Amino acid sequence: MELNDIIRPENRVYKRPSLLNDAHMHYCPGCSHGVVHKLVAEVIEEMGLQEVAIGVSPVGCAVFAYNYIDIDWLEAAHGRAPAMATATKRLMPDKLVFTYQGDGDLSAIGTAETIHAANRGENIVIIFINNAIYGMTGGQMAPTTLLGQKTATCPYGRRADLNGYPLAISNLLAQLDGTCYVTRQTVYSPAAVRKTKAALKKAFQNSMDGKGCSVVEVVSTCNTGWKLTPVKANEWLQENMFAKYPLGDLKNE
Amino acid sequence: MNDKVTLMKGNEALAVAAIRYGADGYFGYPITPQSEVLEKLEEEMPWETTGMVVLQAESEVAAINMVYAGASCGKTVLTSTSSPGFSLMQEGMSYMAASEVPALVINVMRGGPGLGTIHPSQADYFQAVKGGGHGDYRLITLAPASVQEMVDFVALGWDLAFKYRAVSMILADGVIGQMMEKVVLPEQRPRHTEEWIRENCPWAVNGRKGMRPKNIITSLELDDDKMEENNHRFQATYREIEKNEQRCELINTDDCDYLIVAFGSMARISQKAMELAAEEGIKVGIARPITLWPFPVDAIRKAAEGVKGILSVELSAGQLIEDIKLATECRYPVDIFHRLGGNVPAPDEILNALKEKLIKKLG
Amino acid sequence: MKEEIVIAGFGGQGVLSMGKILAYSGLMEDKEVTWMPSYGPEQRGGTANVTVIVSDERISSPILNMYDTAVVLNQQSLDKFEKMVKPGGVLIYDSYGIKTAPARSDINVYRIDAMEATFELNNSKAYNMVVLGALLKIDPMVTIDNVLAGLKKTLPERHWHLLPMNEAALRRGMELA
Repeated sequence: MELNDIIRPENRVYKRPSLLNDAHMHYCPGCSHGVVHKLVAEVIEEMGLQEVAIGVSPVGCAVFAYNYIDIDWLEAAHGRAPAMATATKRLMPDKLVFTYQGDGDLSAIGTAETIHAANRGENIVIIFINNAIYGMTGGQMAPTTLLGQKTATCPYGRRADLNGYPLAISNLLAQLDGTCYVTRQTVYSPAAVRKTKAALKKAFQNSMDGKGCSVVEVVSTCNTGWKLTPVKANEWLQENMFAKYPLGDLKNE
Repeated sequence: MNDKVTLMKGNEALAVAAIRYGADGYFGYPITPQSEVLEKLEEEMPWETTGMVVLQAESEVAAINMVYAGASCGKTVLTSTSSPGFSLMQEGMSYMAASEVPALVINVMRGGPGLGTIHPSQADYFQAVKGGGHGDYRLITLAPASVQEMVDFVALGWDLAFKYRAVSMILADGVIGQMMEKVVLPEQRPRHTEEWIRENCPWAVNGRKGMRPKNIITSLELDDDKMEENNHRFQATYREIEKNEQRCELINTDDCDYLIVAFGSMARISQKAMELAAEEGIKVGIARPITLWPFPVDAIRKAAEGVKGILSVELSAGQLIEDIKLATECRYPVDIFHRLGGNVPAPDEILNALKEKLIKKLG
Repeated sequence: MKEEIVIAGFGGQGVLSMGKILAYSGLMEDKEVTWMPSYGPEQRGGTANVTVIVSDERISSPILNMYDTAVVLNQQSLDKFEKMVKPGGVLIYDSYGIKTAPARSDINVYRIDAMEATFELNNSKAYNMVVLGALLKIDPMVTIDNVLAGLKKTLPERHWHLLPMNEAALRRGMELA
């Protein structure tokens, strides 16, 4: 087969999702955000929800998510995305409403909004990128930072006596009556990416069906914050993160 | 007596007025002395009739961000709170101003600072009229002085908010919130349809129906030049509001020797003081700002013409008086009478203050 | 006409609701009314008072320093409000628990034994209606029919069976004055 045959549309087996635009992403090479963004765009398109999808972006690295995925967006104050999503979905129940939040936004400053939106059983999807560090502000400790992990604000490694323990907030959310689906996924390998995509699809369907609050945690890399190469970051993720944040469904009703 | 005339607490009147206006959503958190707003809404169950959403949020912080979202969707939304809760909402108000979305926020003030008291105060005046949160912005601030105005200003507040894509606020105090008066309720209006919102709020985040270009509501703009441009646009709107929307009630100001400037409950009590003064042959007029921002500069200037002195009567320690001095360019003697911390003066206290502070000194 | 009234007593005596019924009755007669409570964190006990103004004209201040009529139901309220009755005005007090009777001679003082009468009616909840009956006998600013209509409006339907008992209490109060 000649090159020109291969690139014909009917022969194409993979393409950039149409909702993911050409804007130059500000994410560091090796960051998980790009992969998750692509999945979100892909799933919305495949489910035919592009005319009803509303995303709520956080304060954190993903603040500019609205520049990359071509749906309607709200940009929340730090931590308040679940509150905004709550009102949006209640006022327009026929829309797909999801938040896209990092570990600082969701499990530090926004803990109250997260827990209460989940506990009220809001028919929203919370996409939670857990990379155990504050990326945007320059690599400070997050609630999810592992014990012993070095960050700008725990330069000698996180100590329980000084900094408390890493917070597995999805486990907590899974215990609430308002959540219908809580899952922890990752995107370090093609197989993992496919699983995350399936999880997003299920969560979005739950929102449209009014089944309650769905949470998709994605255990992610921040190679810049972790001060590793992308490849090394993927290895570190497997060696360290999954012990505290094991993969799989925490709740699936 | 027809069915639309009833007796109602100010706080309850706010709730009923919101339903009747065709509100899409209320998001709030209980705090004295305004919890009756949420209580009345829950009792009325408007979701069964008009489809209005009513939600008790987990905090004032969550509530204001719910309002921010609803406003960003082009919906007619409101919250209500009292002073400590109002402080918590300042961040959200700043974001809403920066995002140019229309909303209604109600503050039934209580005595501060801190947790303070649950009794009436006007000490959030600066916070309301000077912006309140971070950055350069203003809120259209309406000061009701009766339960009827609690009703009327809900409609006025939303009309102005949608007209200018700005946040309107009703700045009431515990007196107006807790007292009952006769009110005439407006007819029930239908809620805005999605078509209305798409036509009148083309900026609203409500999904890319027909794959229209995407809408983004954000307060973030990291390009300094663009952010400066945004600020110039905000300011141009504020100048327009200052030009068009000043409102003030003038009582007996055509022929008075002394002018009292007061808003909300203080204007009502001052009016009684004016009646007592008249019995003693003292000619007092009252200027009652209805919009605290924009401050009714033109009306106050006109009312002040030829007076011997002006008394600012306020439940704050010298806040309203600053705007009176600015409005009158310090061309008249201005003094202040105030009670603080939740205490409310009786009419005779105001009359005595007028005598002590102005009449004795100025003759 | 304009009537500026304060009703004061212990929390739980029905002071605020008595004021509310009075205000409603004024409303039924197409008058302007204001009802301004002293509000606080106490649901029961403590002192409570309410200012009710019924007028043909627009009402200025809902808060007053002098009243046409004061209805006082305990000693504390008597001590506070006796001096705030306008000369020639009306002071109505319940003798129950009063140690120091009112002393002013420039006002019309009425002693009512409303608590005693309520004991006789064997219905402590009707106390405020007994007091209201006495007030309206002394100062008929609104008609009993409108009071009953106002009462019906303020009571939820599930409590309408209490209306005859309230009417009886009102009439008993009128006999006291």
